[in-house]
Amino acid sequence: METLAPFVLLAPLAGFLVNALFGRLLPRRAVAWIGAGSVGIGFIFSLNLLLQLLTGAQPLDQTYFTWWQSGDFSVPFNLYVDRLSTLMILVITGVGFLIHVYSIGYMREDPGYSRFFAYMNLFVFSMLLLVLSGNLLWLIIGWAAVGLSSYLLIGFWFERPTAVLAARKAFVMNTIGDVGMVFAAFLIFLNLRVLDFQGLFSRVHQLPKGGGVITAICLLLLVGAVAKSAQLPLHTWLPDAMEGPTPVSALIHAATMVTAGVYLVARMHMLYDWAPAAAATVAVIGGVTALFAATIGTSQVDIKRILAYSTMSQIGYMFLAVGIGAYAAGMFHFMTHAFFKALLFMAAGNVIHAFHDDQDIRHMGNLRAGLPITFWTFLIGTLSISGFPLFAGFFSKDEIIRAALSAPGTEFWLGVIALITAGLTAYYMFRLFFIAFGWEWLSHDDRHLHEALPVQTVPIVILAVGAVVGGYVPVASFLSPVFGHAVEVGTGAFIGLAALSVLVALIGFLAAYLLHARRPDLAVVWRTRLGPIHALVEHKYYVDELYDRVFVRPGLALARFLNDVVEPRVIDGAVNGVANFFLLEAREFRLIQTGRVSSYALWTLGGAIGVVVVVAAFLGYLPVRLGG
Amino acid sequence: MPVPAYTFLLLSGVLFTMGAVGFLVRRNPLVVFMCIELMLNAVNLAFVAISRYLNSLDGVIFAFLVITVAAAEVVVGIAIIVQVYRAGRPMDVDDLDLMKE
Repeated sequence: METLAPFVLLAPLAGFLVNALFGRLLPRRAVAWIGAGSVGIGFIFSLNLLLQLLTGAQPLDQTYFTWWQSGDFSVPFNLYVDRLSTLMILVITGVGFLIHVYSIGYMREDPGYSRFFAYMNLFVFSMLLLVLSGNLLWLIIGWAAVGLSSYLLIGFWFERPTAVLAARKAFVMNTIGDVGMVFAAFLIFLNLRVLDFQGLFSRVHQLPKGGGVITAICLLLLVGAVAKSAQLPLHTWLPDAMEGPTPVSALIHAATMVTAGVYLVARMHMLYDWAPAAAATVAVIGGVTALFAATIGTSQVDIKRILAYSTMSQIGYMFLAVGIGAYAAGMFHFMTHAFFKALLFMAAGNVIHAFHDDQDIRHMGNLRAGLPITFWTFLIGTLSISGFPLFAGFFSKDEIIRAALSAPGTEFWLGVIALITAGLTAYYMFRLFFIAFGWEWLSHDDRHLHEALPVQTVPIVILAVGAVVGGYVPVASFLSPVFGHAVEVGTGAFIGLAALSVLVALIGFLAAYLLHARRPDLAVVWRTRLGPIHALVEHKYYVDELYDRVFVRPGLALARFLNDVVEPRVIDGAVNGVANFFLLEAREFRLIQTGRVSSYALWTLGGAIGVVVVVAAFLGYLPVRLGG
Repeated sequence: MPVPAYTFLLLSGVLFTMGAVGFLVRRNPLVVFMCIELMLNAVNLAFVAISRYLNSLDGVIFAFLVITVAAAEVVVGIAIIVQVYRAGRPMDVDDLDLMKE
């Protein structure tokens, strides 16, 4: 296999460097071409890799240089191109390219135009490095760089205090995950003496299966995955991250970065197969997050926050899939999700622009007449994510539910949770659709809404095609060299389960239709009837408040204590105490310095005689014996 | 007739003692300097004598070092004395106590 993987990486890196260094000097058109074009070039190279793999090329692990060496241990810079990483880079560069093109229109009036494209390219580069890296160290570097560029992009509008706070929150949460990853790397190196994937996969079986070491490694990796993918309990940063520009939400917080955790578990699937307890933890976290986030999604009113919770919920599905060993199903859902979630976010961006940056869905309406393209593509995205038959989301989600339901024990119950979540997904997505896009014109209708520019709508239309036909891509068989063949399910069970999930989605749809399109008065009734439960869900189960009480406030109190008590008393006290001690002592000794030359001479003479006497005593010329 | 080695050491000791006592009791800076030179050269004499006695050049090399240091020291010292003289201060080492605490 002739690898062009370095060029996939270098294109966005070059775009980042040019836009970061010279972006202010270049005309906007050039900035846009460089920003979007570099990702497009990366996509073309990725397509070439795909073609090579499809025409029978073997996965390739190529070392380009040695980063550093210490004794017989060296860290190479090697890229690992197999079907899994190729699928990832195709989605990253493909969907990423469309989002970059969309950003040309979306950000056209922003003063930080070149800065935006520089950050976006930096993000794409980091994400590709994460995915293509052939050893754990470079994966962690990409991992951290992704966190950094995410921080920069969430806080892109740095004049907004909320954006800065959100960026900081995301960074702190991600750093918790980074620490987990680093400790996992330590443990792997201590026990197996390797950091590159090939060596790791060939030596992992030296560890006892299901033993403490491998379980600890997998759980620490999971900490990183959970933080990056916004799963429970490190999920609180994702809804706040919606403070960033909408293309950022589409690229980072829907299509690519948050799925890095799924990729990590899939990449390390040999480790997780060797640690069933850790894999089960992944599945449980995924299942619980899917349900948890979906319930929150039913009560929010900010269009981007609903989509953010929906993202958390969908990634929960992927975690569930990779946790129960249905890796191909998880990656399949990753791909379709990238299509329809990027589509939903970018369409939402058009809507937000049309309503002058108002994100409250209750203020929206009349979109079918005003923004027809956005309206229809959003509808396609909604159908796809809700799992309506023949749309992409239907196939990928079904595969996960089927894998979970056909498994024994707890995994069956996770499958039930996934089914319930599918119903909730259909409910909250159609609730959003009916309220925001206005089945009827709800209140104020005389607004003249303008459809977005073609540069914004064309990428959405392309993604809409993906959200429809993406389900027919044979991802599972494409990935079978990596993960092995999935367990076959009989046709009868297949149709039965598909019918079941469609039924659940229909129930969700009908509930949304009834409550939010047909009889909005009923929604009000139900909200008051559900009183405390609704409040609980609306406040996101008070997790933020809980973290505030448990971590933030005690942390602040501790910092205040250290600043007010420990710093002045203990630390300053010790430093000043030493100084004062010497000051006092020096006052005594200063009296020796009389300024009289003859007294100095006497001291010198006395000292010299003293030295002579001591030396003589040591050498044995005096009756006293000192030492040897 | 060869002179015994201890006579050189005796002479060196006498010269050093003269220098030391003179350094302690005299107050004219120039005389103090001469006393220092006396002490240094007493040491030189001892070095050279013992060097000869041991048939080694080490002591001679040390003597050269001492001569060099003495020359440098005299340059600095005389320069200080000239400056003090120009400033119109009394030429008395016991009155030159600016370095006192």
